[in-house]
Amino acid sequence: MRYPYYPGCAMNGTGKAYEESLVAVLEKLGSGLDEIDDWNCCGATAWSSIDKTQATTLAARNLAIAQAKANGSAVDLVAPCSGCYRALVKTHEAHEGQKTLAKAVDRALDAVGLSYDGRVNVRHPLDVLVNDIGIDAIAAAVKKPLSGIKVACYYGCLLVRPHSTFDDQYNPTSMDRLMEAIGAEPIEWPLKTRCCGGACYGADPFSGTMPEATLSLGHAILREARRRGADVVATPCALCLFNLEGFQDQIGREFREPVDLTVGFFTQLLGLAMGLDERKLGIQRMLHWRLPEPQPVAAKGGIHARA
Amino acid sequence: MQTNGSLKKGRGVRVPSRSESQLAPGFVDELGAIPNADRLVGCLQCGTCSSACPMIEYMDYTPRRVMAMTRAGYRDEVLGSVSIWACTSCYACTISCPKEIPVTDIMHGLRRIAFREKKYPKHFSTPIQAREMVAMTRKFGRSTESWLAVRLYMRTNPMELLKHTSLGMKLMWRGRMGVKHESVRQREQLAKMLQAAATDARGESS
Repeated sequence: MRYPYYPGCAMNGTGKAYEESLVAVLEKLGSGLDEIDDWNCCGATAWSSIDKTQATTLAARNLAIAQAKANGSAVDLVAPCSGCYRALVKTHEAHEGQKTLAKAVDRALDAVGLSYDGRVNVRHPLDVLVNDIGIDAIAAAVKKPLSGIKVACYYGCLLVRPHSTFDDQYNPTSMDRLMEAIGAEPIEWPLKTRCCGGACYGADPFSGTMPEATLSLGHAILREARRRGADVVATPCALCLFNLEGFQDQIGREFREPVDLTVGFFTQLLGLAMGLDERKLGIQRMLHWRLPEPQPVAAKGGIHARA
Repeated sequence: MQTNGSLKKGRGVRVPSRSESQLAPGFVDELGAIPNADRLVGCLQCGTCSSACPMIEYMDYTPRRVMAMTRAGYRDEVLGSVSIWACTSCYACTISCPKEIPVTDIMHGLRRIAFREKKYPKHFSTPIQAREMVAMTRKFGRSTESWLAVRLYMRTNPMELLKHTSLGMKLMWRGRMGVKHESVRQREQLAKMLQAAATDARGESS
């Protein structure tokens, strides 16, 4: 099954490797993405800080476009960036539950010949991979298991908050299960959903809204992942990735402690385990990629085998 | 209180004492139609929101205090606070609240009033970033990371831009950052739609 696809602004920029690896992995699994026509910015948190109706209308235009393309049937729209995902889910919820707001949005859409009547189901790739394609199908596609590689699964905030659509809000496990399926070892850690500080940078990871605060949030996550022996931090969000990857040098200087750690999209790890070409997964685009070679499987016993 | 665009730890300040006549008791109602915002009336002041907040060290009033002050009508203090702009919208407070108060959505509602009345702390970069990002996406329909960074730094701290030049070059070299403005095709349609959604077109306040 192919899915309509909402890339969001980061996929054309700092999150390019996310799109590349997601497309490569889905194709390998017999699925695929079709970018919706002329999509616009989801509005992120910036628009809702200024005007709620305009923010909701802006995001709703994307839902209207996805719905128009489906010719009246219900449609699953894939949005990989957690910020976009949450903005679109909230917009759909506003349409269902907030009458005054929905009416104002409908009027604005109507002014340009668009309409949205609630038939778009916004989905995150993690949800699609685990619940549509399935762990078994993914495990069956593995060619080079990532044995011995310890992965800190970092989900970030907006994937499971404020409402959870497919995973636990306090201890999500879908990515951990995927990592087990490809032979890697997900580590136990408490910072799975702690804020990365990405929102301090908003849609723009560079602008340094609150430099000191952002660095300290990133530092806490990287330090804890290192302390627990992770080889790589896997993330399902372009903003999280940039925050944890792009500022490692600055974090090291600020806190006088090197935090050099590979940070990658979970789709890149899936792709590597499926034996896909590194260039197809955008590995060459990463700033700190030092993933160790997978170890041959010595003995079964999960994470306690080494103790 | 002075704000210089970058957050520092330990900004916490005491809530000034006010007599009832100096408060704005109807302040909660100004928040408009935020679903379940009326639950604020039942806030227990337990502090769970504050303990869940990753940004509390950088706030002048803790989230618990922002809730109490909003309910009591400390209008000027709340709207001029750093706290509402330091919020990263991670929703940790919202899912932890035992009274299910939409704390994050209330923070955003407060931001909208502060922005409308230009009460936000001057030179503090979050509202400026929001403004620049909104201006860019209003015009082009999409945001271009490189230009947004340049615009924000030029308006806050141009020297900071130099610090990030090497990171920018690395990203460009790897094809992760461009200088071309991303844009939707139907810019006129977008402008017309946003105009139709504007507050004055609705004839109401939001």
